[in-house]
Amino acid sequence: MIDISQYLDITAEAPDRPAAQVHRLSRGEWRDAVERAAADGLTLLGLWGARASVTLALLDEEQARIGLLSFSPRNGRFPSVGRHFPSAQRLERSIADLFGLIPQDAPDDRPWLDHGRWGLSHPLGKAGQGKAQDYSFLPVEGHGLHQVPVGPVHAGIIEPGHFRFTGQGETVVRLEERLGYVHKGIEGLMQGAEIPRGAELAARVSGDSTVAYGWAYAQAVESALGVVPSARAQWLRAIMAELERLANHLGDIGAICNDAAFALMLARCSVLRENVLRAADAVFGHRFMRDIIRPGGVSVDLSGDGIARLRDLLADLEQAFPRMIELYDNTPSLLDRTVGTGHLSNALVRQFGAGGYIGRASGRGFDVRKVFPYGPYGQMDMTVPLRGDGDVNARIWIRIREVEQSLALLARLLETLPDGVPLIELPKPSGACQGLGLVEGFRGDILVFVALDRHGRIRRCHLRDPSWFQWPLLEAAIEGNIIADFPLCNKSFNCSYSGHDL
Amino acid sequence: MRKFLLEGLLKRPLTEDAPTAEGNLATEIDRTAHRRLGRSLAIRMVDAGSCNGCELEIHALGNPYYDLDRLGLHFVASPRHADILMVTGPVTHNMKTALRRSYDAMPAPKWVVSVGDCALDGGCFRGSYAIAGGVDAVIPVDLHIPGCAPSPVDIMKGLLTILDSATASRAAGS
Ligand code: SF4
Repeated sequence: MIDISQYLDITAEAPDRPAAQVHRLSRGEWRDAVERAAADGLTLLGLWGARASVTLALLDEEQARIGLLSFSPRNGRFPSVGRHFPSAQRLERSIADLFGLIPQDAPDDRPWLDHGRWGLSHPLGKAGQGKAQDYSFLPVEGHGLHQVPVGPVHAGIIEPGHFRFTGQGETVVRLEERLGYVHKGIEGLMQGAEIPRGAELAARVSGDSTVAYGWAYAQAVESALGVVPSARAQWLRAIMAELERLANHLGDIGAICNDAAFALMLARCSVLRENVLRAADAVFGHRFMRDIIRPGGVSVDLSGDGIARLRDLLADLEQAFPRMIELYDNTPSLLDRTVGTGHLSNALVRQFGAGGYIGRASGRGFDVRKVFPYGPYGQMDMTVPLRGDGDVNARIWIRIREVEQSLALLARLLETLPDGVPLIELPKPSGACQGLGLVEGFRGDILVFVALDRHGRIRRCHLRDPSWFQWPLLEAAIEGNIIADFPLCNKSFNCSYSGHDL
Repeated sequence: MRKFLLEGLLKRPLTEDAPTAEGNLATEIDRTAHRRLGRSLAIRMVDAGSCNGCELEIHALGNPYYDLDRLGLHFVASPRHADILMVTGPVTHNMKTALRRSYDAMPAPKWVVSVGDCALDGGCFRGSYAIAGGVDAVIPVDLHIPGCAPSPVDIMKGLLTILDSATASRAAGS
């Protein structure tokens, strides 16, 4: 059996992401490596295709090491990763849809993103004629079962996706998701694009995480080109990233409670969220701070007035937020809905490498800011909040603790903001190169891989949303709950459809 | 909880004045029409492929600062109850049918508002194999609200425009 650790050469020591080395493996080595990695309990961090190859990102959480492995099959077939890593199954199905590379002995060979409506097959590989297709859901058998199909268009203001519930009375015995409705072909548009165009697309993969995506993409490009932006730029990025986290967590806390019919919490939290967005707009010129992070730095500097405005925001939130916690914690009728609902086990979050509040609520403490610190995070004092109860209540509490932590981080970042130029010019690449970006968005770890050609154009860019490893677990969390609690569970996960469908 | 309720009674609401309507469909607001018909329109929202940024701002319309409901505009769960179909995103091929069906399920008279730069012509996703185009590639659009994402105030202005023209056309028909 091979020793997998020889491939895990990306460590946490480097101040920012070093140029990523991809280890090219033979068929046999690939098969062994995947098997070994699963046996050693490594985490799958990503799996993506290109015209003629597949690349796998593996993470050793304990050692804080990452490795990139690739295989170029000559016959268009590669040994399935999903056989050993269930978290890879949907990724593999997508690779088959987009590139026409087939995972051999895959446990699930149904299409995933391709709904038979593009008019062509394998749009990013050897394109062929597309054809309409029937999609078969997993069979369910049993006494007294009924099915409830929901979506793609949902009742509220949310993104589209299909949920197929099988119920026995009120109880959900199985949920099967079908996604891909908002597939926009972003990775296709990336191919051959210039670096700034790539940034525009990356910032629109998942609107709620536009800062985190902008940063992860910039990191990947900078690592490929071997440049490090100024410390000031890194600090400003972190300030925006924490504001984004605040806004999203505040919105989520209110919205989850609202799905338990506690509207007061939504009204109050949405005011706090709006205050964050207004401050962002006043200081950075955009409510979501979109398109401000660029490869090479940031396009907006922070003035003295801006700092004062942000400090005011922090002061307001520090006053208002504890009252929200008190309200949540002292409303038994609300806790009655959230405690014990939608339980997710530690074994599953580990197996799938689920990050963010979903992982942390079930005892997996992975946070990129802590394990692979980037930008200013290495110098910030932070502890990752962790719980073991894994229910809706736990996912709310993790968010609460992260709001508090972001407030503290922001105060510290404003205090220590260094001088420097916000944006540096990018050098021309000396040849074809590639880089990796890994950033902790509000929802979890976002991975971006970029390969540039010698003119600095994008050869391949893959963006992996944290939702890939969270969506499948929603199917597990809802099992045994009543169907009426689905909105509550779903909101406590708040996975991205767009980030996943891409 | 009691503290919050008391505060609600004593403090002024956070809600701000609504912006005035403007745009390519603005018409004179007919006061008598208002009196007779009220100002109430139901909106069904469909995301046809957005990045979810536009949804966030549509959501924000419900927060106490904007409080869209006070203007008689409210979001409904079924297209059968809706007067307005609000659509975001470039229309993906995978969502085309669902969008079309949502539109067909609405009773007439009906209006379509497309929200966000993507919804106009596919925006930055134009040209992709997975994109059918803007919203009007699939259903007729009455009003477009530009922006990426348009702010809640922008969306509100657009909706008020539709509200006025809807009220006027109902008055003309009665
Ligand atoms: S207009 Fe902008 S915010 Fe709206 S869906 Fe398109 S990219 Fe997202």
